[in-house]
Amino acid sequence: MTDIQSTSNARSISAAGAGFAAMSARRLLALGGIGLILVGMLVGDLFAVFVLHQNAAKVGESLSGAAHAAVSGDANAVARSFKAVGSFLENRGTKVDTHVHMIAFGYLALMLAIVQPWVALSEGTRKKVAWTFLIGSWLLPVGVFLIHYVGLAYSPLEAIGWASICADFGGTLVVAATLLYLLGIARHLRQPGRAQMEDSLLKDRSSAGRILLAGGLALVLLGFFHGAYYAGADLYRHEALDYALLSEMSIAATAKNAAVVDAALGEYGQLAGEKAVHIAAHAHSIEFGLLAILVGFFQPYVSLRHSWKRNWAWALLLGSLGLPVFVLLELKLGLVAGGIADVCGLLVIVALVAMWIGIVRYTGELDAMALLEEGKSG
Amino acid sequence: MSSARRLLIIGGIGLALLGMIYGVWYAVFAEHQELDGMGKSLATSFSATAKRDSLAAGEALKEYKELKYAYDRHVDVHGHWIGLAMILIVLGLAIDRAFDERVQMLLAAGLMAGSLLFPLGVLMQTLNNGPGPRALAVAGSALVIVSLAGMTLGFARARTGD
Repeated sequence: MTDIQSTSNARSISAAGAGFAAMSARRLLALGGIGLILVGMLVGDLFAVFVLHQNAAKVGESLSGAAHAAVSGDANAVARSFKAVGSFLENRGTKVDTHVHMIAFGYLALMLAIVQPWVALSEGTRKKVAWTFLIGSWLLPVGVFLIHYVGLAYSPLEAIGWASICADFGGTLVVAATLLYLLGIARHLRQPGRAQMEDSLLKDRSSAGRILLAGGLALVLLGFFHGAYYAGADLYRHEALDYALLSEMSIAATAKNAAVVDAALGEYGQLAGEKAVHIAAHAHSIEFGLLAILVGFFQPYVSLRHSWKRNWAWALLLGSLGLPVFVLLELKLGLVAGGIADVCGLLVIVALVAMWIGIVRYTGELDAMALLEEGKSG
Repeated sequence: MSSARRLLIIGGIGLALLGMIYGVWYAVFAEHQELDGMGKSLATSFSATAKRDSLAAGEALKEYKELKYAYDRHVDVHGHWIGLAMILIVLGLAIDRAFDERVQMLLAAGLMAGSLLFPLGVLMQTLNNGPGPRALAVAGSALVIVSLAGMTLGFARARTGD
């Protein structure tokens, strides 16, 4: 039996569900937000497996090509190699941006879902704004993803292609929707003699919610610790090494010493890898922490047994901890650690899907009750 | 709404706005120039090497180093102000679940101050290479870490209703 299957609980659903009714703004934003995060994470996992390392290898090859062209005194080949580096970096950059923006918009959607009771706009307007936000949240990352493939084809502008135009339009929709919600909150705050609002999400004190809140915050803390350690111990050393290796390449290329150039290139590649895993571990730890805290708020709407809600909360935290830890271990264990990190990412995705299904089940029961009431009155 | 909640939510929205306004300024007036400059100086350095002009290669590399130093910090400031703002807002919504009002306010004030000062210290490093900005960044991040540790402990020990 789930938490909400008993008759007594059904009454509490009716009250709590007032803000989460069929196709309500809060429901659209909650389900749409988790959906965006899920797809964003899946894109990230696919990117990590099929694009990231291959792309890094191509950038390395092009940089090596530029350095060897410098050794042989071919300035035109240097320029061609750097053009290729630019193209590979653009390809990589647009994939990362797609991943990051989908997840960030998902977080924003969840935050906007939480504050819905304080948005002093009619439910119809809030729903339209929610749809606007979600459409924009999809348009921007899809547009960004297509930038590398569409380029300037059929574009009416000289420097900006259709994919960029589409992405910018999506971004404008997101900004407009967010501003409208902020306006609604400002209207609420200006209302004279406004009553103290109680909300089921903020009142929740379930153990699954507490696990996600405390665990999520611990992940954020861990990410900060790691960031502070990296800034103190490695950042300046890495910056100095970056310059020293490039100088070494340049001096060795002038002396036509290809062996030293190759050695410096190898070290430069290692340095780039080291920097990338530290930044990825820091960012993922904090972002997963924030995700855990956000989904912690929505636990009252997850229609699963208490024990399963706790299990999925722990699974999400375990995956969220494992991914940054194994990303860091890639430096020592290589691709094995990378593979485990991908599995951890998958664990977070599965836990999130389970919570999403729980929310859909909850809203499904609300819909059934609404239909039943309509039938009775009809 | 408790004072700590108000401080975290309103402070978080303010910090997010600061981060976004800074981001817009940065995107329009600095980012493309820095990225272009980094790409050009690196390519110039390698081209000069190919022409056996060590002096020009060294100058171009120095330019690349300075631009990259500033670029990394500008991006970090933008990302950290907005990221910390999101954490402030979310914790503002949750802070009533644990702690008495005095501790809530202490932790909220520490987190708010740290979230403002840490990226500010990083930003100031682009203007001044001395120890002052670094000390500000370290103090800010220490405030963030101590406040987050206190909150984590409080939420982990909070009573549950099931």
